[in-house]
Amino acid sequence: MVMITPTRRTVLAGAAALAATGLMVPAQAKGLAPTRTMRGGANNYLPGAPIVERIGGGGFWMSGTVRRAGDGAPLPGQRIQIWAHTTEGHERDPHSHGATLTDANGVFRLEMPQIVPAFGQPHAHLAYDSGAFETVFLRPVMASARDTSLTADFVLMPV
Amino acid sequence: MAAGRAVLIWAALVVAVAAPIAVTATSPLLAWRDPVYVAAGFAGVVAMALMLLQPLLAGGYLPGLGPGRGRRVHRLIGVALLVAVIGHVVGLWITSPPDAIDALLLRSPAPFAPWGVIAMWGVFAAALLALVRTRLRPRVWRLGHGGIVALVVVTSAAHALLIEGTMGTVTKAVLCALTVVATAKVLSDLRIWRLLRRRGA
Repeated sequence: MVMITPTRRTVLAGAAALAATGLMVPAQAKGLAPTRTMRGGANNYLPGAPIVERIGGGGFWMSGTVRRAGDGAPLPGQRIQIWAHTTEGHERDPHSHGATLTDANGVFRLEMPQIVPAFGQPHAHLAYDSGAFETVFLRPVMASARDTSLTADFVLMPV
Repeated sequence: MAAGRAVLIWAALVVAVAAPIAVTATSPLLAWRDPVYVAAGFAGVVAMALMLLQPLLAGGYLPGLGPGRGRRVHRLIGVALLVAVIGHVVGLWITSPPDAIDALLLRSPAPFAPWGVIAMWGVFAAALLALVRTRLRPRVWRLGHGGIVALVVVTSAAHALLIEGTMGTVTKAVLCALTVVATAKVLSDLRIWRLLRRRGA
C-alpha cells in the first residue's frame, strides 16, 4: 500500500490540478448543496431522543425545513432531534431533548421551553441522524435572547 | 485634600469592582443554571475585576499601597487571579465538557472563546515569568511580563464583551475600559516601551 503524506505543497498542487482540469465542479452546478454540520453542533448530543408532542412546558417554537440535496425536494417523515439550554434545564439533561417528524411539505415544528443564553450565546442544537441521509448537526444562534422562536433548515445528502 | 482624594480613589475602585459582581449576582440567567455553572461564571467575573487591581498595584497608584506594598499585594492578587481563571475553566468543563474542549482546542463556534483561551494562556505565562523572575534579566522580565499582561488585558476584554451572559453590559464595558486604560498607563509609566526601543539600538 502506498502511503501518501499530504503536505501543504501537495494539497495546494492537487487542488490547483483539480481546478485546472475542471474536476472541481461548484456545488451549485448539481443543484442544492447539502447543509454542512456546524462547529459544536453535536455538543451534548444524546442519540435517540424520543419523538414528543413538545419538550417540557413549551412556549418557544423551533421550526425549519428538510429538503434533499440536488433537486431540493421536501423530505416528509424525517426525524429531527432538538436540544438546548432552556428555562427548564441544561443541554446535557435528558429532559431537554426531544424529536419531531417533518410533515408532507418537509416542515418540522416543535414547541419547547424558552431558550436562554448558555456558554455565551442563546443557541439551539438540531440533529438529523437517522441513517438514510448523511448525518448533520446544526447549532443556530438566536438574533436576540428575547426571541421566542428559531428556525434551522436542513438540506440532506443521500447516503 | 490628600485624604479626600484617597477616599475618592478607593470609593471609585470599590464601585468599579463591586458593581459588575453585584449586577452578575442579580442576573435572571442564574435561575436557570446549576451551582457549578453559576460558580464558573462568577469566577470569570471575579477574574475580570481582579485584573483591574493589578496595574493599579503594580504602578503604586492606590493611596496607602505605594510601589513597595503595592507589589506585594500585586503578587497575592496575581495568585487569586490565577485561581479564578482555573476555577472558571474547570467549572465550565464540568458544566459542558464538549463546549469547554472545543474552546480549549480553538474550534469553538463562539467568537469570544478563542480570546478567552489566549487570555488564559497569557495569565499562565505571566504567572510563570513571575515565578522565575529572579533568574531572568530585568529587561526580559519587564518586557515579558508587561507584554504578556497587555495581551491578556486586551483579549480578556474582547472575551468578556462578546459574551452574552450574566455580567451587566454597562458595568462590564466600564470595567474593561478602566482595566485597559490602567494597564496602558502603568506600562507607559514603567517605560516598558523604552525598553522595546533600546533593544533595536
